[in-house]
Amino acid sequence: MKKYFGKFGGQFVPETLVMALQQLEHSYLTVGKSRKFRQELGRLLRTYAGRPTPLYLAKKLTARGGGAKIYLKREDLLHTGAHKINNAIGQALLAKMSGKRRLIAETGAGQHGVATATAAALLGMECDVYMGSVDIARQAPNVYRMELLGARVIEVASGSRTLKDAINEAMRDYTASFETTHYLIGSALGPHPYPAMVRDFQSVIGKEAKGQFAAAEGGVPDALVACVGGGSNAIGLFFPFLNEKVKMYGVEAGGDGNGHAARLTGKGKPGVLHGMKTYLLEDRHGQIADTHSVSAGLDYPAVGPQHSLFMEQGRVKYAEADDSEALSAFHLLSELEGIVPALESAHAVAFALKLARGMGRGKSIIVNLSGRGDKDVDHVRKIEGER
Amino acid sequence: MFSKTKGAAFMPYVCCGDPNPEFTLKLAKALAQNGADAIELGIPFSDPIADGKSVQAASARALVAGMTPKKAIGIIGKLRKEGIGVPIVAMTYYNIPFSFGEEKFAVELKKAGAQGLIVPDVPIDECGPLSAACRKAGLDLVQLATPNCSDGRLRKIAARTKGFLYAVSVVGITGARGRMDARAIRLVKRAKRMGVKVAAGFGISSPAQAREFEQAGADGVIVGSRLADLYSRFISGKLIGERRALAAASKFAREMKRACLG
Repeated sequence: MKKYFGKFGGQFVPETLVMALQQLEHSYLTVGKSRKFRQELGRLLRTYAGRPTPLYLAKKLTARGGGAKIYLKREDLLHTGAHKINNAIGQALLAKMSGKRRLIAETGAGQHGVATATAAALLGMECDVYMGSVDIARQAPNVYRMELLGARVIEVASGSRTLKDAINEAMRDYTASFETTHYLIGSALGPHPYPAMVRDFQSVIGKEAKGQFAAAEGGVPDALVACVGGGSNAIGLFFPFLNEKVKMYGVEAGGDGNGHAARLTGKGKPGVLHGMKTYLLEDRHGQIADTHSVSAGLDYPAVGPQHSLFMEQGRVKYAEADDSEALSAFHLLSELEGIVPALESAHAVAFALKLARGMGRGKSIIVNLSGRGDKDVDHVRKIEGER
Repeated sequence: MFSKTKGAAFMPYVCCGDPNPEFTLKLAKALAQNGADAIELGIPFSDPIADGKSVQAASARALVAGMTPKKAIGIIGKLRKEGIGVPIVAMTYYNIPFSFGEEKFAVELKKAGAQGLIVPDVPIDECGPLSAACRKAGLDLVQLATPNCSDGRLRKIAARTKGFLYAVSVVGITGARGRMDARAIRLVKRAKRMGVKVAAGFGISSPAQAREFEQAGADGVIVGSRLADLYSRFISGKLIGERRALAAASKFAREMKRACLG
């Protein structure tokens, strides 16, 4: 497998992990490509996770936009409520079949932690999830869910106490535990082979959407829209369309206008964090910046390395939606379509609405509705109560 | 860096700027006067993934107090001006030189008086540009080997390293350990057979452990977390009870040096 996407990616890890990652790559290329693995993964995604997910034409949202048709890829309907389960089951099954008995994961919004805890329960594996204390406070229901599923949630109180620091702590654990443990990274980021492997597990989104759109409208859509934290739901939707004449938009969190999480549209520049060379936010001394977004899942100062390449190539356009736009979309989709989106996905909806408005009526957009908003209901109620 | 006569060099790690630059200067001086043969000076980074709690906390304190890569390089220069002659090896994470500009970083470190550089998140497969920058500046880029390295891999690392080979003495991150892993001792012996100078570090916290590595043939012993634990007890905010902190560090240095002599 190629270690780099253009000049991005790589394997910037302590020596201890080099061997562990080589083993992981080997497992992925042998076990992960085996017929037995593919069949079992397919079976679990169908019978357990709820694939395929529908591609839904959101008529009232389309009417509100007044332009292109807006289709929603309903990843929010998956078991555990987000696209994260695609990757969690894929990696957990790979780990299990490679002889590991324990899973560790980081989580921001809690969705990936819940997905990993679920996969661990399903496959009978131990599970520890690292979570920043800021995120624990704003995503309390997901903490309890992980515990219900038999996982241990380990609070991370260092640094900015969010996703970035949870990844640091999970990597430290993995450095000491890789012989028995698989680190189940939740997005298409980290050292090689994670970005490629996670992308492959999430590509099921785009593959399905492609077939479903062709059946509904014929051909391919004019544009794809997805939110980008680490970037796994976006790359999962985009990847199978890369060679098609389709415009692609990745939507970053604009936050509150200040220390936001716009790495590709804002002040980001290439750097090295979490084992990869990629665009990231740092201060003028090279220290990684604290980010802020209303959605914990987008609160991340770096981005998956293949997105950095897509941005430099111009293959994908990156845009941002700020906190208030995301909150408006959160309400709008709930009221118009009866779908409460995750705040992360609400960023994509907010942008897609603007995009649709600027496109003609004959055009179509697919938005990846990457997760449902149940986890955000209390949080939104609280922050709106304060306003 | 390594004495030609007897025993292993004692190489304490000091996080630059913890809890303030003045203390770092005094601590380095005290360590040098009490037996340190070299000093590994940590340039703090916000996300030190190879470090355990002690060095994480030290780095965080240093950053809060305003330490920057530029200031850290300035401190190396100051140590040299004040007559501290022991070799200084800087340690940091890759984003720091990458952001600074690798060539400029290497040149400025060398100019300030550093002999080497350790960057734990750049394995040999990724070290091309940084190696080139260090070579050009005349700075030793020290490579790290770990107990789980195959012989083939270890040979490649030994061939690449400059100055010495850093034998990581745990499978994991930095931080004081009660007992050493037998594989770590074996790593030192394996590395010695490749004809390079070898310094062991990560997890080493006591004179007895230092002696174990000295007897295994290590040319140097690196101790960081334990030292940070010792002086950080006297820290409150950016202030530190200097007299007691320096006394504790000096006493520890003398004990470690004695153990390193075998």
